[in-house]
Amino acid sequence: MSPNTGSNSTVLEPSPGKSGKWYSLRLEYDSSRTRSPWWTPVLSVILALLLCAVFIAANGMSPIVVYEKMFRGAFGTSYGFTETMVKAIPLLLCGLGIAVAYRISVWNIGAEGQLTVGAMAATAVTIYFPDLSSFWSITLMLVFGTAAGALWGLMTAVPRTHFGVNELITSLMLNYVALLALDYVVFGPWKDPKGFNFPGSPMFTAAQSLPVLGSTRLHIGLIFGLVAVLIYYLMIKFTRWGYELRLIGANPTAARYAGIHIKKHIIIVMLISGGLAGIAGMAEVSGVTHKLMQGISPGYGYTAIIVAWLAKLNPLGLIVTSILFGGLIVGGYSVQTIGLPSSISEMLQGAILFFLIAGDMIHRFRIRRSA
Amino acid sequence: MDFTTQLLIAAISAGTPLLLATLGGILTERAGIIQLGAEGLMLMGAVTTCIVYIRSGNLILALLAAVAITALLGMVHSFLTVTLRANQTMSGLAMTLFGSGLSAYLGKSISGIPLPGTSPKLDLGALKSVPVIGDIFGRMDYLTWFSLLLVLVLHLLIHHTSWGLHLRAVGDNPATADVMGIRVQLIRYSYVTAGAALIGLAGADMVLAYAPTWNEGLTAGRGWIAVGLVIFARWNPLRALFCAYFFGALDSLGFRIQLLGSVVPSYFLKMIPYVVTILVLMYLGYRNRNKPSGTPESLGTPYVREQRF
Repeated sequence: MSPNTGSNSTVLEPSPGKSGKWYSLRLEYDSSRTRSPWWTPVLSVILALLLCAVFIAANGMSPIVVYEKMFRGAFGTSYGFTETMVKAIPLLLCGLGIAVAYRISVWNIGAEGQLTVGAMAATAVTIYFPDLSSFWSITLMLVFGTAAGALWGLMTAVPRTHFGVNELITSLMLNYVALLALDYVVFGPWKDPKGFNFPGSPMFTAAQSLPVLGSTRLHIGLIFGLVAVLIYYLMIKFTRWGYELRLIGANPTAARYAGIHIKKHIIIVMLISGGLAGIAGMAEVSGVTHKLMQGISPGYGYTAIIVAWLAKLNPLGLIVTSILFGGLIVGGYSVQTIGLPSSISEMLQGAILFFLIAGDMIHRFRIRRSA
Repeated sequence: MDFTTQLLIAAISAGTPLLLATLGGILTERAGIIQLGAEGLMLMGAVTTCIVYIRSGNLILALLAAVAITALLGMVHSFLTVTLRANQTMSGLAMTLFGSGLSAYLGKSISGIPLPGTSPKLDLGALKSVPVIGDIFGRMDYLTWFSLLLVLVLHLLIHHTSWGLHLRAVGDNPATADVMGIRVQLIRYSYVTAGAALIGLAGADMVLAYAPTWNEGLTAGRGWIAVGLVIFARWNPLRALFCAYFFGALDSLGFRIQLLGSVVPSYFLKMIPYVVTILVLMYLGYRNRNKPSGTPESLGTPYVREQRF
C-alpha cells in the first residue's frame, strides 16, 4: 500500500501566515521509515486501555476496578492462566495463518469460517468412524480438519487469482456460510439424540480427545501451535519459498519482473492460512469442548487478525500477542461477575488496532525547522 | 395481495438499509478511500438509534444522534487514511471490530427492549387505494422515500455538477486535481464523513423498519454485503438502487420459501445472499476482465503532494 520510496515533505501551514513561529516549523513525511519502533504496539495497548476507560467510566464503573478484575481473572490465578493459554492456542494458530497471508498482502479475514469448517470436519471423523484407535482417530481428525480449512481458504484464493474478486469480501461471506452450516449440523443431522434437545454433537470419546497436561484443561494443541511457529520461522528465513514471499511482500512489481508467479503464491498462502485455522478448529473441538456446538469460536478468527498485526507478523511476537489476547478474552469473561458485558474485550481489541495503525504512520512524520 | 407484490414490498424493506449503506460506500470510494468499516458503522448507527430512541422517545433526535456518531467515526477513518496515510484496509477492519465491540457493550442495557415506534409512513391519500401501487408505495416510510430521493440527488451530483467532477477527479487522479486547485484533502474528508453518516443511517433504518429491537450483531454481515454491492453497482448510484433491491429480494426470498413449507433447511436458504454475493462478483470479474470495472483509479492509494508514484 506504500509503493513510494524516498522522502518528501508536507507543509501543514501552506500560507505564509502572520505567526512567524509556526511558519518555521513543518511536518515532514518520510515514507522510507517503514520499520516502526518496538514501542508502538506497547503504546497502542496503553492508549486503547485509556480510551476504553472513558466508556467504562461513562457507564458508571471504575475503570481501575474493571481492569484489575480482568487482569486478575486472566493472569492472577493458575486456573486463570491455563485458561488464558487454552484461548491462546487457536489465536496463535489462526494468527500465524493470517500472518503468512499478510506477508504478501493477501487480506484473509476468513479465519473464523476456516476454523469452523475445521472443527466440523474433525467432528465428522468422530461421527462416521467412531471406533478408531486413539492414534488413528486423532491423526484422521487432524488431516480432515486441516484439509477442510485449506479448502475454505482455496475458495477465497481462486476467486481472487482467477476472477479478480477482493479476498476480504469472499473470506468474510464464507465465514457466514460456515457458521450457518455449523448451525445446520448441530441442530440437524449430527444432533446428539441423548442431548436433551440441546443443539450439539455427541460427546467425543477419550480416544477422540487430545491429551491434556496434568489435571488442567491445557491440551497438546499448544505444541501444534509452537511447532507451526517454528516451521514458519525456518521456512521464511531459510527457504527459497520464504525468500520469494519476502520479495513479494517488499515489492510486488519487482517480484513479478523477477519471474515470481504471484498467483501461485496467493493460492499457496491461502491453503496454509486456511489449513492452520482448520487445525485450530480441530484442536478446539478435540481438546477443549469435546463436542461440536454453536459458538465454537468466540470470534477467534477476528481477534487473530489483531494478534497477527500487533506482532508485526514476527513469530516470537505472535506467541506473546496471542497469550496477551487470550488473557483479554478470559479477562472479558471475568468482568461478567460484576455485571459488565464481555464485549469490553472486543471493544479493547478494536481500539488497539486503531491506535496501532495510527502509531505505525505517526512515527513517519518528523517535525523539522525550515528556513 | 399476491406473492410478487409481497416479495416486492419485502425486497424494498430489506433493500433500503443495503441501499443507504451502498450509497455511503459509493461516496467514500468515489473520493478514493476504501470503506471496509461499513459493518461496524451500521452497528453503531443501529445501537445509537435504539439507545436514544428508547431513552428519549424522540425519533428525530435518535436519527440525528446516529448520523452524528457515525460521522465522527468517519472522521476518524479520514484522519487515519487521509492525514496519516494509514493502510485503508486495516483502518476499515479496525472500524468494524471497534464498532461491533462498542455496539455490543453499549447495547447490553437495552438488548431486547422493543422500540417505542417504527419509522412513520408517508400518507399518500387517495393513491393508497390503487391495487398494486398503493400496496407497495403506501407501505414505504420516510427513510425509504429519502433513500430514493438520495439516489436521484447523488446521481445528479456525481455525474452532472462541477462538485461531482471535483469528487471524481479526486478519486481518479488526485495529483491533477491538486494542480487544478481542488482541495484534495478537504474533499476526501467531507465525502468520507458524509459516506460514514449515510452508512450509520442504514443501520438506523435496519432497526426502525426491519428489526424492531436491538440484538448483538444485528446486521449479520449486511455491511459487508453493501461493500460488495458498491462493486456490483460499479460506483454508480442508479445501479446501486437495482442491486440493493435485488439483494433485498434474495434476503427475504429465503424467508418466504420457508413460509411456503420448503423441504430445504432454513440454514441453506439463509446462505443465499452470501453465496450469491461471491458468485456475482466472480461473474463480474470474469466478464470485465479486460474492461474497466468503474473503480476510481486512485482507490486505496494515499495522496501525497509532490510525490511521484
